[in-house]
Amino acid sequence: MSQPARIPLRDEFKSRAHDALGDAQLRRNFRGAMDSLMEKRAAAFSDADERERLRTLGNHIRARALSRLPDLLEQLESNLTANGVQVHWAETTEQANRIVLDIAERRQARQVIKGKSMVSEEMDMNHVLADHGIECLESDMGEYIIQLDHEKPSHIIMPAIHKNADQVARLFERELGEPYTRDVNELIQTGRRILRQKFFDADIGVSGVNFAVAETGTLVLVENEGNGRMSTTVPKVHIAVTGIEKVVAHLRDVVPLLSLLTRSALGQPITTYINMISRPRQAGERDGPEEVHLVLLDNGRSQAFADGELRQTLNCIRCGACMNHCPVYTRVGGHTYGEVYPGPIGAIITPHLVGLDKVPDHPSASSLCGACGEVCPVRIPIPSLLRRLREENVSRPDPGHAVMRGQGSKYSALESTVWKLWRTLYTRPLLYRLFRFFATRLRALTPSRLGPWTEHRGAPKPAARSLHELARKHLEQPR
Amino acid sequence: MNAPRTFVPQATRVAEPAAAPRTYPEHKPERIYLFGTCVVDLFFPEAGMDAIRLLEREGIQVVFPQAQSCCGQPAYTSGYTDQAREVARAQLALFDQDWPVVVPSGSCAGMFRHHYQELFAGEPDTLARARAVAERTYELAEFLLHVCRVELHDQGPPTEVALHTSCSARREMHTHHHGRALLDQLSGVRRVDHDHESECCGFGGTFCVRMPDISGAMVADKTRSLRDSGAARVVSADAGCLMNINGALEKQRAPLQGQHLASFLWQRTGGQP
Ligand code: SF4
Repeated sequence: MSQPARIPLRDEFKSRAHDALGDAQLRRNFRGAMDSLMEKRAAAFSDADERERLRTLGNHIRARALSRLPDLLEQLESNLTANGVQVHWAETTEQANRIVLDIAERRQARQVIKGKSMVSEEMDMNHVLADHGIECLESDMGEYIIQLDHEKPSHIIMPAIHKNADQVARLFERELGEPYTRDVNELIQTGRRILRQKFFDADIGVSGVNFAVAETGTLVLVENEGNGRMSTTVPKVHIAVTGIEKVVAHLRDVVPLLSLLTRSALGQPITTYINMISRPRQAGERDGPEEVHLVLLDNGRSQAFADGELRQTLNCIRCGACMNHCPVYTRVGGHTYGEVYPGPIGAIITPHLVGLDKVPDHPSASSLCGACGEVCPVRIPIPSLLRRLREENVSRPDPGHAVMRGQGSKYSALESTVWKLWRTLYTRPLLYRLFRFFATRLRALTPSRLGPWTEHRGAPKPAARSLHELARKHLEQPR
Repeated sequence: MNAPRTFVPQATRVAEPAAAPRTYPEHKPERIYLFGTCVVDLFFPEAGMDAIRLLEREGIQVVFPQAQSCCGQPAYTSGYTDQAREVARAQLALFDQDWPVVVPSGSCAGMFRHHYQELFAGEPDTLARARAVAERTYELAEFLLHVCRVELHDQGPPTEVALHTSCSARREMHTHHHGRALLDQLSGVRRVDHDHESECCGFGGTFCVRMPDISGAMVADKTRSLRDSGAARVVSADAGCLMNINGALEKQRAPLQGQHLASFLWQRTGGQP
């Protein structure tokens, strides 16, 4: 815990996985937490038929919204503008940060308080603002803990899930000089006490958005700690940042999506707070910010949008259920992915955000067991998308027609040749017959070490006769 | 922060049910095709033979096209879609009569039932054939249970077994329900649950060589929970998982071993091993 902050480098997935697997405490923390989250989700969806109907509805709402994405975004902008909210568009994270910095400079802001926002993590907003002399403090308890420890979130809903109470207590003792206690409630009280004053000191509050409603121009934000409401109402300026895919057509669409989100994420029937933000403070109102801004960030999303299959990635409502149920994520933890979004959703969205060549191992970090797709509340076929990305990984793009940035970076002439040979073997019955003959007759020569396989297992040995042979003999017998 | 651990580990969480349950033919057919799969072919041929014997005992004639090889899954899941498509095409051509195709492996059955249609989405004629084959493809346990409507008469001594179901078999074919139902017909067999039963064993086709550390950690956890279950034997309807689980158990020098469901059923009901 006392090492200096380390921001993981890209493309080191396997070595980080190796280290994480050797960290018994980390694995216990994740296993325990994920087990508990799976139990809670299962309990929240006790009626399987209702759950499946709701997932289908959620899928339809998201797919319908995406099919009209450009129109809905325009509608959202015009309704928000009419409400007095200033809408900004950013294609890249640099542009998004520039927009935030411009507002901060105009308001001569020194302190920013932030509610939980994964898009602000994409932007690396804390560090960008710090470089410009502006302090940006996290107010979500989990985010606060990892900011204190100079870490990145390891989970999209529970950023500090990799730490247990003891580790948090020692962190508070070290960084805040608080007396050591493992009482979770006391730890939370400590955090709240410190953050309380910060809300009043901050010039700007930053938040994410869960759903942006086009027909009404409403930003919906859910949370459990109240910090989201504080961040969006106490400071004079509120800046919401979100991805362009978060838009839904109607206010009524929010209800089923919210139910899916809170039950899938933490097994809650509903969150403690639901904020619906549609405009700045009006004359005669006693609270609320003077200015409200919405920054709509693309950052590679339109690349996913352009492909009918990959577009489904944008259905995501960021519930985290796919990672909670992922046997790989559970074992290696969120930091192993080295990116903002870990786990199955991370593996399918990150290639669009940063380029597939930057995260070539992510699509392979799955046994395609299907647990993620089974629980996804908006029915994203995550395993199929992982497979598709594996295909893009090894397919060199036609000139001028790349499906995605960084496509084909894992292409290897050797591996392609191996698969061509594999195809030849399995499409030529005679050749395969010869292969079977030698594999069974020479089984004694099977090597006892087979690379990575035999690190954890004995070597498999072909049988003395293949099923082809046994079946032929058996079925030829007169009966 | 971690939530307090007051829960019971998910010993028996099972995959969620199919959206639309399948309807089965009213009568069992006279003849079926067996697609043996490449792993059974070389590593578990006896399981394939036991499947044939179980089917023949139901009065069904088994046809085994000798030109069959592999369903194409390894290339498909590795992203080599074109290669997978050609291997799939070669298989499709072999099963053109209107007989059911029975597969003693859920993940390969899933290729036939779901993924061939994706592979041939751009070829209307082949797609029509892929659809027709998908319609009459069954995983072995499913076929025995729902089409043959077998009644198994257990003749073995009392024993306890743990059932492991491959993930694609579970999620694409619902094999865990069928496997359970068949085992539950055996009067002397008690099925014991193991911790995190529904979790992947770490095989994942080429995943086990691409991500050896993670796969190794997964199979270590899986075999530990299987050993802790107290079962005398592991039974599975998927040869890929069996190769993985048995390989790990062997390396650990554990007395426990996995057996294909077909062989277990055949031996328990009077067939010779
Ligand atoms: S992909 Fe699905 S399960 Fe994963 S975070 Fe998004 S909505 Fe949730």
